[in-house]
Amino acid sequence: MTGTIAHSALLVSVGVLALGVILTPVAVRSGRREWLQLVYGAAYTNFLLVTIATVAMVYALVTHDFSVSYVAAVGSRSTPLLFTIISLWGALEGSILFWAWVLAMYAAAVVWLHSRKPGNLIPYATMTILAVAAFFAILLVGPADPFRPVFPVPADGPGPNTLLQNHILMAVHPPLLYLGYVGMTVPFAFAIGAIVSNEATSNEWTLLSRRWMLASWGFLTAAIIAGMWWSYEVLGWGGYWAWDPVENASFLPWLTATAYLHSVMVQERRNMLRLWTLNLCVATFVLTILGTFLTRSGILSSVHAFTTGSIGYYFLGLIAVVLAATLVLVAGHSDRIRTPGKLGGAASRETVFLLNNLFLTAVMLTVLIGTLYPLIAEAIRGVKVSVGEPFFNRMTIPAMVALIFLMGVGPSLPWGSTTWADARKRLAPPLAGALIMAVIAIAVGTRSIYALLAFTFVGYAAMGNLREYWVGMRARRRAHGESWPTALTRLVRGNRRRYGGYVAHIGILFVAVGVTASSAFRTEREATLLPGETLTVSGKTVRLKGVWGREEPQRSVIGATLDVLGKDGAVTGTLEPRMNFYRVSDQPVPTPDVKSSIKGDLYVNLMAFEANGANATIKVIVEPLVPWIWFGGLVIVIGSIIGMFHSGRRAVPVRKAPASAPSDPPETAPEDEIVEALT
Amino acid sequence: MNWKRSIIALLASAPVLALFAFGFTRNPAEIPSPLPGRPAPPFTLAVLTAGEGSHARTPGDTIRLSELAGKVVVVNFWASWCLPCRTEHNALSEAARYYSDKPTQFIGVLYNDSPSAGVRWIGELGGMSYPAVTDVESRTAIDYGLYGVPETFIIDPAGRVAHKHLGPITGDVLRRVIDSVLVSSGVADSVVAGAG
Amino acid sequence: MRRRAAFFAVLAVAALLAGASGAQTTTGTSAPGRSSVSTDSALEARTSAVAATLRCPVCQGESIQDSPSELAQQMRAVVRERLRAGESPEEIKAYFASRYGEWILLEPKMTGLNIVLYILPVVLVIGGLILVVALVRKWTRPV
Repeated sequence: MTGTIAHSALLVSVGVLALGVILTPVAVRSGRREWLQLVYGAAYTNFLLVTIATVAMVYALVTHDFSVSYVAAVGSRSTPLLFTIISLWGALEGSILFWAWVLAMYAAAVVWLHSRKPGNLIPYATMTILAVAAFFAILLVGPADPFRPVFPVPADGPGPNTLLQNHILMAVHPPLLYLGYVGMTVPFAFAIGAIVSNEATSNEWTLLSRRWMLASWGFLTAAIIAGMWWSYEVLGWGGYWAWDPVENASFLPWLTATAYLHSVMVQERRNMLRLWTLNLCVATFVLTILGTFLTRSGILSSVHAFTTGSIGYYFLGLIAVVLAATLVLVAGHSDRIRTPGKLGGAASRETVFLLNNLFLTAVMLTVLIGTLYPLIAEAIRGVKVSVGEPFFNRMTIPAMVALIFLMGVGPSLPWGSTTWADARKRLAPPLAGALIMAVIAIAVGTRSIYALLAFTFVGYAAMGNLREYWVGMRARRRAHGESWPTALTRLVRGNRRRYGGYVAHIGILFVAVGVTASSAFRTEREATLLPGETLTVSGKTVRLKGVWGREEPQRSVIGATLDVLGKDGAVTGTLEPRMNFYRVSDQPVPTPDVKSSIKGDLYVNLMAFEANGANATIKVIVEPLVPWIWFGGLVIVIGSIIGMFHSGRRAVPVRKAPASAPSDPPETAPEDEIVEALT
Repeated sequence: MNWKRSIIALLASAPVLALFAFGFTRNPAEIPSPLPGRPAPPFTLAVLTAGEGSHARTPGDTIRLSELAGKVVVVNFWASWCLPCRTEHNALSEAARYYSDKPTQFIGVLYNDSPSAGVRWIGELGGMSYPAVTDVESRTAIDYGLYGVPETFIIDPAGRVAHKHLGPITGDVLRRVIDSVLVSSGVADSVVAGAG
Repeated sequence: MRRRAAFFAVLAVAALLAGASGAQTTTGTSAPGRSSVSTDSALEARTSAVAATLRCPVCQGESIQDSPSELAQQMRAVVRERLRAGESPEEIKAYFASRYGEWILLEPKMTGLNIVLYILPVVLVIGGLILVVALVRKWTRPV
């Protein structure tokens, strides 16, 4: 019953979406704009229908309705409720349903917020989103139908993939990922809408597009960090990033989206790089489709790969259509979109942004080619090769270290241009930060050149970004006599995009420090212990208390209890790594235990144990500064939130900035002056 | 609308799509082994269970590959926790019996399992007509490039790996390969002189 | 003047930290004879370095250094033994490649087509830098 209702709702949604897509050009061309209301209505109706289907699926999962094929595949009476609910996105068909629902939500939101705008941009943008939604709807009533009736109805099911039942982050990472990934459809739709409606040279679509891209970027960043955290806490090897093809697939659009967020600023201020920015916007979406294709087609082996079927062919079809349509449109209109470029001078923020885009694009292409290379090598040489962590680290770390440096240079340089002498004066102060970090890094034993450079540049960029706050606040205090807190609030409110961006930079720096420190200074030891014996790694000691077991409905759990000993031998904490033996799988899933502090993590994994509990083999890893990665992720998200809720006034094209001495405030953008006039 | 540029852009995307289409014809989990055609890595393995007839060995003895020159050697890697190993068990035992009068030696190498579990499994499945051996620390498995069980290697009388089979092997494949190896190495007509 | 004083104060603190933290080591105490890894930390470090470049055959892309699976640990033992016997990392990698195929190497050998894979990122960055310089000069040319 549930299945039939849901399936029917999805069938109707296919029709509704098709109607919306077809009606848009008809309405625009014929001038009957009242038909556009039907198109917008289609977006709302689709959201309603897909919500019905999604709610039906959750209901079927929770009530263990095994007559529904998806529930029969991933449901189980012995799985805890939370993991039953989140198994909605745990396997292929459910994840497609979830994608369709998030997309429907975005489509409805775009219509709700923007449909009153005049012109053809919104209609065509809506049409684009509805077309993509139609693809997923067709999947859901066809090859990826999660509501197929199962007869005879089984009494119980196998439960979700055992790896996905172990950690609460499984409730967090996929929704964030879909909000980010799917959200990138919206800027893409605006880009296509702008081209088709001949508004590609206006700034209106840029403004809209930018905010949606920033929101999606924020979600995607949070999702990637959450995924790293999940991987760290669940997989047991103490790492958080393995350059697995599907991890790379989420990283690629993040890189182009970051490049876009910077180049769009150059486009606004200088009215140049239009075509490039548009290409970044489009490429981001194409990469999300590519990513989902790689996950679901089975052509690359990966920890993430969903079970395959004919669905890969459909996604190949989608990529082909999307690539063809966008290439034809963008290349065909490239003459009109392109605008002549003119920079005020080389020593300017615009130049830094060009370099930023260069390195981000280089990393993106390197990761893309590296990920696809096994396929390429097989096609050309007929040999199977692996491209793994050593390769990606070697080839991307230099560029990423360069980007850290640029994060400190950009905020210090003005828009427009300035003399080299002035630039030198602006770029000098953060060097103190660089020196301090370098000294600390060497003092704690950094030997790797890249780690040393990374720490040094983090110091430079941190001081550079923080200094922008300080200089701005100081200027306000001098001009208005405000207190520090007021100066800070007014400063940020006066230019949320800029100061939100600096917060995001600082978040990235936290992540960079955490990653560099935990890679350079990680130490581990493995040993078999009897109860009462200790193992020491880098000054941290654990003592085995005992091995225990317990039965749960869906699994047997074997755990080891370990005391964490302080310097004087007193017990400062307890760690309980476990191994989970699920009834349906012969591969146990480890659950390591982690003791976190600001200085780092003490990470313990249970590797093996004696059947009678006489001893346990544990691996202890000391990972310095790992929590800084998760904290940094939070800071990035805060920065993107600050940057999103700005007044919407676009940045006024810049006049040549006067060369200023260091003690003067940096150029106040015209909008600051407007704010000051209004307050 | 610059059609020329559009066409060029479209053509540029064709190789990418072709690559993906090619990807569907490939199975990323199937890794071809470099061993076929090369000399088989030597091994010295301790016998766990005896086996029957001409294949039989004394438990506790060792089998060396060097001693088996002139015979077709079938090396099957298995484990008691391996489900597909059950499906191929009969085919292997029967083939071993079938070829017991020819210069062949079947060996079952236990992989990452406890000897007692292995013996129990053999008992459950009604016996193994050829000796089971243990592989300490999987040295031989690693030497043979094993990446899962079951895997079966067929070595010709000259000591070269003739064939590697991934996954459960069938009687058809066994007979086909062993027959062709016997014929091409010219030992097809020699008969083994009774149990050793 | 005050800035300089603060700067040296920071230096002094950093020096103190350096003295207190000591070098990072991997030595540890464990039940003698029962440790599944050797107590020779230099050999262990070299084993980890080589193991990080070899793919675990029964996992999804992990190295045998990171993988907890039994086969991975056994392969690590092979690496350790061969290092102890004096083999070079290249020889060890060649051994595994001769048994498992090129696939076992997490970083492709720099031969033939693979060279393109390594050169391309370098070309991208250098070429991109040249491009950016050229563009900036073109766009700042006085009209």
